[in-house]
Amino acid sequence: MALSQMPRRLNRVAVSSLSRTLRHGDIPFKGALALSSLSLFGLMIGVGLMLWLRSGLMRANAGLSFITATVWNPVDEQFGAAPFMIGTLTTSLLALIIAFPLGLFIAIFLAELCPLGLRGIIGFMVELLAAIPSVVYGAWGIFVFIPSFVTPVGNALMGALGNPQRFPYLPIFQGPFFGASKLAAGLILAVMILPTIAAISRDVLLAVPRSQREAALALGSTQWETIWQVVLPYGLSGILGAVILGLGRALGETMAVTMVIGNVAQLSTSLLRPGYTMASVIANEWGESRTPLYGSALIEMGLLLFAMSLLLNIVARLLVWSVARRTPEQRA
Amino acid sequence: MNESVEQMGALAVPGTGERRLRRSVMHQRVRHASNTFMLGLTGLATAVGIAPLVWILFDVFVRGASAISVQFLMDTFKPTSLGGGGIWHALVGTSILMGLAALFSVPLGILTALYVARNPNTSLGLAVRFGTDVLSGLPSIVVGLFIYTLVVSGHGYSALAGGVALAILMLPIIVRTTEEMLKLVPKSLREASLALGAPEWKTALQVWLPAAMTGIVTGLMLAVARVAGETAPLIFTTLGSNNLSTALDKPIASLPLTLFKYAVDPSKVRNAQAWAIALIIVTLVLLLNIGARLIATWRSRKMY
Repeated sequence: MALSQMPRRLNRVAVSSLSRTLRHGDIPFKGALALSSLSLFGLMIGVGLMLWLRSGLMRANAGLSFITATVWNPVDEQFGAAPFMIGTLTTSLLALIIAFPLGLFIAIFLAELCPLGLRGIIGFMVELLAAIPSVVYGAWGIFVFIPSFVTPVGNALMGALGNPQRFPYLPIFQGPFFGASKLAAGLILAVMILPTIAAISRDVLLAVPRSQREAALALGSTQWETIWQVVLPYGLSGILGAVILGLGRALGETMAVTMVIGNVAQLSTSLLRPGYTMASVIANEWGESRTPLYGSALIEMGLLLFAMSLLLNIVARLLVWSVARRTPEQRA
Repeated sequence: MNESVEQMGALAVPGTGERRLRRSVMHQRVRHASNTFMLGLTGLATAVGIAPLVWILFDVFVRGASAISVQFLMDTFKPTSLGGGGIWHALVGTSILMGLAALFSVPLGILTALYVARNPNTSLGLAVRFGTDVLSGLPSIVVGLFIYTLVVSGHGYSALAGGVALAILMLPIIVRTTEEMLKLVPKSLREASLALGAPEWKTALQVWLPAAMTGIVTGLMLAVARVAGETAPLIFTTLGSNNLSTALDKPIASLPLTLFKYAVDPSKVRNAQAWAIALIIVTLVLLLNIGARLIATWRSRKMY
């Protein structure tokens, strides 16, 4: 009798010990969680790896001179990225120059001044600017923004500062000017990155401890002095992070820029002339890239874009986190 | 002591005490005036910042409303010589793409969020949160190119490839919102379940996730809103189409790509249709954003 029960009991022991080693399914569960988390990094590494591999043809063909070459002539298979990189940097910096002060002041208003009941609503409206899709900005840019805002502003700038005889050392406002231009792209980008800068700066300012403000006010500072001399310096690295995140967003913006910048791969110093950016050349010429080298050149452009935005995002997030992490005490 | 300091100060500074007093009053006035001025400027900046939103929404609603009709929604593509047709094919295409993207990103996003919420302060947990933030800043065009090299160059343009690309863009939003909501669920709830002998996975799936369900729904809504208007990645993955198609392995139409084509088209009919499509996309995005926000406010009031 004891013998006949032996196998069954052994079996039961074996099952329960397997179940126990897996802790009733918890080990596979935790494994699945960790695996899915790691897949995030796999994804990022995969993006870099695939773009690196698929741009091999172009890299073998031109090497580093791809970045410095200024001629883009697909018919003769000449591919130089410089006009696009300069176009991307010009439009992004223009957007930043406009959006940074505006975004910072909005953040100050929301974090320091705005009545609590309105803070949520106004903040939400600013964030909605980020929710409007890029392609809608582009269509609005073509039909409304360029004719009714960019054209008069551009003409005024050209008339006031664009005379090559009077201002020979100020080439950025010289004409001719036909609407679609780097100025138009920079202005649209400014609107698009404004919510990023404003919302993250606001969060940074809200993370500045209340004691800092109270101390400054107790010493007799006015509210503005408190903000300018105490709150902003405290959150400076976070605000810098917000600006870099805005820059990162501007670099990768594709559709809106493609639709308003004019898409001309020529180097020109004037903001009123059409230009081209890295993202817009990829989107715009993708359908035409018949030869393998052409496609490879566009993918290498994407690789550059990936590397730039990855770097900017890492730096920016570290800066933003540094403010959020350093404030264990009660927040304002 | 105080008096002597005052006297010394009076000796050190040229001019009488009265003049000093006047100067100090002036200084106070300047400080307060600049305070008022700068604070006013921040309010002005906010007004300037909101102005483009009002402007865009106004144009989209006015111009879109005059071009939209039931027939436009229900008709498929026709050449402009036959009236231009409608966008039924694009509506169907976008619905399929959204569904696919949600299907791919929600399970992965929830599992990742569970990991981060369970291990918030471990090095991997922090790294994953950081990685999510970085991923959310990746340009959508790069993601499109990635899926092209990974899927399309081998198997051709397809709805499936588009769904995967959009899923990657949705992932960070789903992870972050789900994680935030999971953290709001009181720990005692999980502890009670564990104390009753339920294994961790059962606790997570049957106690923790259901308690945070509204949060997951809002996360999904925000994620769909984020990708509903994405155009750039679709150029490299779905290609676009003028036909009504529901096949997952074929090129497929979508609203944003159609909007792009119609907006840069020289034909006035197409341009008007572009505004109508913009109206549809913007309405969808606004409703999803506002809905998500209402749910989140209602939820945080209801709890704790």
